[in-house]
Amino acid sequence: MKHLLSVTDLDAAAATGLLDTADRLKQALLGREVRKLPTLRGRTVITMFYENSTRTRVSFEAAGKWMSADTINVSASGSSVGKGESLRDTALTLSAVGADCVVVRHPASGAAHRLAGWIDRDAEKTGTHTSIVNAGDGTHEHPTQALLDAATLRDRLGGVAGRRIGIVGDVLHSRVARSNVFLLATLGAEVVVVAPPTLLPVGIEQWPCRVSPDLDAELPALDAVMMLRVQAERMHGAFFPSAREYAIGYGLSDERARLLPGHAVVMHPGPMVRGMEIAPAVADSPSSAILAQVSNGVHVRMAVLYHLLAGAPE
Amino acid sequence: MTDRSGTDLLITNARPYGEDAVDLLVRDGVVTDIGAGLDRPADVEVLDAEGAVLLPGFVDLHTHLREPGGEESETIETGSRAAARGGYTAVFAMPNTDPVADTAVVVEHVRRRGEEVGLVDVHPVGAVTVGLEGAKMAELGTMARSRARVRMFSDDGRCVHDPVIMRRALEYASALDVVIAQHAEDHRLTTGAQAHEGVVASQLGLTGWPATAEETIVARDCALAREAGAALHVCHVSSLRTIEVLRAAKAQGVRVSAEVTPHHLLLTDAALTGYDPVNKVNPPLRTGEDTKAMRAALAEGVIDVVGTDHAPHAAQYKDTEWAAARPGMLGLETALSVVVHTMVEPGLLDWRGVARVLSERPAEIAGLPDQGRPVAVGEPATFALVDPDGAWTVRGAALASRASNTPFEGMRLPATVAATVLRGRVTSRNGSVAEGKAQA
Repeated sequence: MKHLLSVTDLDAAAATGLLDTADRLKQALLGREVRKLPTLRGRTVITMFYENSTRTRVSFEAAGKWMSADTINVSASGSSVGKGESLRDTALTLSAVGADCVVVRHPASGAAHRLAGWIDRDAEKTGTHTSIVNAGDGTHEHPTQALLDAATLRDRLGGVAGRRIGIVGDVLHSRVARSNVFLLATLGAEVVVVAPPTLLPVGIEQWPCRVSPDLDAELPALDAVMMLRVQAERMHGAFFPSAREYAIGYGLSDERARLLPGHAVVMHPGPMVRGMEIAPAVADSPSSAILAQVSNGVHVRMAVLYHLLAGAPE
Repeated sequence: MTDRSGTDLLITNARPYGEDAVDLLVRDGVVTDIGAGLDRPADVEVLDAEGAVLLPGFVDLHTHLREPGGEESETIETGSRAAARGGYTAVFAMPNTDPVADTAVVVEHVRRRGEEVGLVDVHPVGAVTVGLEGAKMAELGTMARSRARVRMFSDDGRCVHDPVIMRRALEYASALDVVIAQHAEDHRLTTGAQAHEGVVASQLGLTGWPATAEETIVARDCALAREAGAALHVCHVSSLRTIEVLRAAKAQGVRVSAEVTPHHLLLTDAALTGYDPVNKVNPPLRTGEDTKAMRAALAEGVIDVVGTDHAPHAAQYKDTEWAAARPGMLGLETALSVVVHTMVEPGLLDWRGVARVLSERPAEIAGLPDQGRPVAVGEPATFALVDPDGAWTVRGAALASRASNTPFEGMRLPATVAATVLRGRVTSRNGSVAEGKAQA
């Protein structure tokens, strides 16, 4: 694995390999007084975030540090349009500095693909090798989020294959949804997407999932439900009439959560809008894996850095 | 145009419209004799066509030459060289320059620069509205009556969205006997759009440009043109749905013409995987069903012409993330080859059909009296000579344009332009462009 740009680059074996490594790293850290492995000593990981993020950036930083990598955080703002240095020049600069890995979040879909392309072409000339990790590109993908969700499902359900997973909300604008639909399908899950028609991408019928307009009808048969974030600006785009109506149709209320089977897991990639997407009591209930998702995130990102920089174990 | 400095020339062994080989004698830029084995007068230059197909010189209703203001991407000179190499003898330069071509001063400047370069007739297109802002009609009459004699007006790059402005522009244009060329895009339906709204854009996470945004504007404009009795030209048709609207309007007798670009004949949104913005264009590349429908409509005549939408962009405007990249692609030097590949090879057009869509109809739509003429005695010697058996591999860096943003990079395409002749003067021969301008 040279870069991690999209979950569609991963087959079931590669994805499972990453999840297994994440499990092993988690176990390795459990008993330790000093939470640090020497694995990536002397390697440099740069996070470059063109969008605000707390959990993802901190999670990557912790992942690098727990494996003794030198982590450097670059917070870039604005896009490359008319604001000085282009994305390409920034990327080549970080590569020339000696970054072994650049973790990038960018508001433009495909930005990580472009970075990888520029760096690979540059590598032919300079011989430097920098891996790119997509930490969220526009409305395209967020592969490590899908991996940490899969890790969480494995923990809670004992596996992913054959489980029925619901993904609810703004699929159209969600990179989390895209990555999850494709990764979960690769891992053999049955994916059901529930959203108002205005928040479904054109052509979703060709995705490896089923689409349903009726959350109540789906909940009793789900093994897990992932609630997606709904951004406030969507209301101005006439995607739905009001937050209230959205909550009535697609929010995970207390009553609705009771329709889920007892073993079912409630998930949310965060940040949550309590009361609209999910009722506070549901978010804090024993069914909720929301905080487990966050802690699994560090282990999964350790596994990604490990596979990219040290190579996958045989 | 004002250049009446025609040249004497003997073209030998040329096949008009791909038919039997003949020689053509040209005196003062006009064909004076056609026949087999013509005698060569002593003082006349000879162009041995070596059996090339002889067609009327190509006319592009949709070119961006970028000058003034965008000279880092293209100039009137480099664009003229590209045109000559592509077999073009007339191009219509779109007004989205800096400053915008919305006054007589700017259009006369463009016209004059074109004449100074002298490789192709450069016809400036005037803006419909001041600054392309869509709010206030530009001085169409002054531009039409200026030395540039503007025959076509467009806010291309933007749609004349306000139905009142569009209605008035059509009504006003009808008295000037000029055509309004519309970039049909309802921008309320395409806010933030980056790619054809469909399966590919959805998976790539690119905001969709729905085909309905084109179809609805074309339907509205056809109704407005019908009531105004005005001539409407629809730029760069990209959606199969739009074709049905055009067919219905033409059946009603609406004075509407339409163009398709070479890239909308050949390429689809499948090219977007990988996010290389060389494939970013507006309207966007659509699906295989759309390209198939475009080809059929062009063969049938529902779409009248091929317009290149030649849109050079310097590397810094393309070597970016997808969303930041400017839309547009080079077209002048690849148009013929794409038409041969998509239309002639599958049997959808013969050479007379190629002459129709690349030369005769565009000249007719724009009202050019001396372009798109029959190959006959007494007509201007303005030709494209095509080697139908030539094949070449497209390399952006080897094209004459200042920019190199061709989406056909590395593709092997059929047919080359052996020579271009403008009123008896050879402007391009096997890719070499004539230097300097013929003396008057």
